[in-house]
Amino acid sequence: MPTKAAARGKQGVPGPADLAKRRQTRIRDGDEATDMGDGTDADDWMNTKTLVKPDDQLELTEVELKEEFTRILTANNPHAPQNIVRYSFKERQYKQTSSVDQLAVHFSLDGNMIHKDSDEAQRQKAKFGVPEPGEHTPSEAGEAASAAPAGEAEGAEGKEEPVQTPAVQEQPVEEGTADAGDDGALSAPERHKEKKLTNQFNYSERASQTYNNPYRERGTATEPPPRASFASNVTQWEIYDAYQEDFEKQEKSKEKKVIPGRKEEEKSRKKLTITETQGDDISRINRASKIVERMVNQNTYDDIAQDFKYWEDPSDEYRDNEGTLLPLWRFSFEKVKKLAVTSLCWNPKYNDLFAASFGSYDFMKQGSGMLLFFSLKNPSYPEYVYETDSGVMCLDLHPEHPYLVAVGFYDGSVAVYNIEKRDGPLLKCTAKNGKHTDPVWQVRWQKDDLENNHNFFSISSDGRIVHWTIIKNELTFQDIIKLIIPEAPAEGPDGTKVSTVGCGTAFDFHLKNDYLFLVGTEEGKIHTCSKAYSSQFLDSTDAHNMAVYKVRWNPFHPRIYLTCSADWTVKIWEVGSRTTTDKSDGPDVSSKKPLFTFDLNNSVGDVTWAPYSSTIFAAVTADGKVFVYDLNVNKYEPLCEQMVAQKKKTKLTHIEFNPIYPIIIVGDDRGCITSLKLSPNLRKQPKEKKVAAPVDPKVREETENAKLDKLLAMVRDPPQETKN
Amino acid sequence: MSEVEETLKRIQSHKGVIGIIVVNSEGIPIRTTLDNSTTVQYAGLIHQLAAKARSTVRDIDPQNDLTFVRIRSRKHEIMVAPENDYLLIVIQNPEAA
Repeated sequence: MPTKAAARGKQGVPGPADLAKRRQTRIRDGDEATDMGDGTDADDWMNTKTLVKPDDQLELTEVELKEEFTRILTANNPHAPQNIVRYSFKERQYKQTSSVDQLAVHFSLDGNMIHKDSDEAQRQKAKFGVPEPGEHTPSEAGEAASAAPAGEAEGAEGKEEPVQTPAVQEQPVEEGTADAGDDGALSAPERHKEKKLTNQFNYSERASQTYNNPYRERGTATEPPPRASFASNVTQWEIYDAYQEDFEKQEKSKEKKVIPGRKEEEKSRKKLTITETQGDDISRINRASKIVERMVNQNTYDDIAQDFKYWEDPSDEYRDNEGTLLPLWRFSFEKVKKLAVTSLCWNPKYNDLFAASFGSYDFMKQGSGMLLFFSLKNPSYPEYVYETDSGVMCLDLHPEHPYLVAVGFYDGSVAVYNIEKRDGPLLKCTAKNGKHTDPVWQVRWQKDDLENNHNFFSISSDGRIVHWTIIKNELTFQDIIKLIIPEAPAEGPDGTKVSTVGCGTAFDFHLKNDYLFLVGTEEGKIHTCSKAYSSQFLDSTDAHNMAVYKVRWNPFHPRIYLTCSADWTVKIWEVGSRTTTDKSDGPDVSSKKPLFTFDLNNSVGDVTWAPYSSTIFAAVTADGKVFVYDLNVNKYEPLCEQMVAQKKKTKLTHIEFNPIYPIIIVGDDRGCITSLKLSPNLRKQPKEKKVAAPVDPKVREETENAKLDKLLAMVRDPPQETKN
Repeated sequence: MSEVEETLKRIQSHKGVIGIIVVNSEGIPIRTTLDNSTTVQYAGLIHQLAAKARSTVRDIDPQNDLTFVRIRSRKHEIMVAPENDYLLIVIQNPEAA
């Protein structure tokens, strides 16, 4: 202790040169001191520790304790996995890998100590100028001497050093009092301070190894979520469609809000449409298949289509008073091969569509009938087909509602079909409500009545002309006229007088005067009637010797009409003031003469005016011929007389002009309909041809009337003169 | 037999008609009168063509739509009628008619 005090006394004045040196050594010493100190501390701590023994520890006897267990230590790592497999691409299977790394590192710590003799240490020594061990020893020895209780570890070092230099120990001690003594005096108190710090908390750094769980890799393969690649270009119309859909949805939701009661209806409707559309895939192309059928037909009958549109008989230019008919399509249907065409009617709206009724004129061969709709666009198959139990004798399409078809049957009933519905007639009269007792020979739609009800007339050989009105989906009837033959009431077997009934076969309504109509009978009479007088005829004429088959008003002239009959003739008549004066003159009504008479050498089945001229008409005869007359060109001979029927025995039954195209359709008694194109000479309109622009219908009517009147004037006057 | 079936039958019975193919919205032929490979070829190509044609028409005016494609070739005429996303394809040889 006195040395220590002396050292302290000297501490105040250290040489400046020494100071730097000393500082460096102190650093080194400090490092060592901490290391050593640790060691001593650990010992101290160990001593204070008492063994904690668990209560249930197994007590072993001396012998047992002394028993030896041999343990063989191997270099194998117990934690090393034994069963690692790797996929071998070469052998295409999983292979166990035999070589496993057996090295187990339990603890590793990077230290900062360097071996004294290593190159690194030498380099550091050179750099920091650490004294050689020889130089160092005296100070160490001094330390050992002055600070003996510094520590056992240091002591050990100290011991070593003295062993290394036992001989020179005396000298340095003396020296040390001057030089190294300082050193020792300085480091001693510092070391004490450090010790205190560590001891204060009984702090020690320890490490323990815990059991390491072996690493495991675990993986499960899940089903991959569904993926779909989507790519699209947005086009303008797709955007439009999307908006449109949204708009419709909104509209629907609005409607639903307004009328909640309709919801269910709509739902059921929707379901219906869904089942309908989904039920049959193929029915989705209903429309497409129809169009394609027409196109295929167009290709098949391409030459005919070309002729229909463009062919004009060039030879017509070189002959003035003759024309020809060019046969175009033939319409036939398997099921009507044995039936006769009983009437034809063009659709007033679609100029390519016409209706044809099929039945039999033979009393002995009555059977089923047929109602067909053909389009020029598809000559091979009818657009609509309706089968009927009784022969269909006549039909008429409503001029304003072409989907409504009035039909008369051989059994005397009438019916209305709606061609929008395919299943059958919309309405049909029964025996209870006004059914005719004989075949219905003609039906004709009339203008809607004051209450806007659709109505039509029918004529039958039972002598009745019946007015049918559709009221609330029911047919109501009203007899307009009973055809009675006033002159010859037949006497019944018991003496009672039975008025014989005239058999109506044809009628036609005046185009302008709604009430006026003509009736042709089987007896060859023509009656001029009015809807207003049901018991009396305005006029009556013995027009023909046999049954009148058709009566037609001229489409332009209000007083001219045309009749045809089984007595081989076609006659043109005039009604008007003259006949009334005739009537007032005397009862010889029957002696009235026609303006024109044409003998066609066979029963004339049908006659019709051309829609484009007041002087042109066409007739068909039972020997298969079509006659076309133009009074303006030739008053005596037909412009065209042409055999149309395929076989000699085939009778032609009906004829109809297309309202627009220059074609006619002709039906025969074998269920076949032929369409024919009129050559230019047969559709001459001289006045119009000069004026290229379409003529106003009124002007045209006037010119047509003038044309006919001019003709008639020539015919009319001489008989009048002779009469008067 | 439905109305469409009858119509298709009639078309097939026409002179010069080589085949009828009905293609659904995915371009898969659901009905055909031709052999397999020809059908698949026609269906695939025509479906694409019709889609393109429709796209063209609708791009020009979205309110417009394609109603018919008629391809006249030296040998045949191919008629394509789209309806409800289905296609009806009829191949006809107009010369044979």
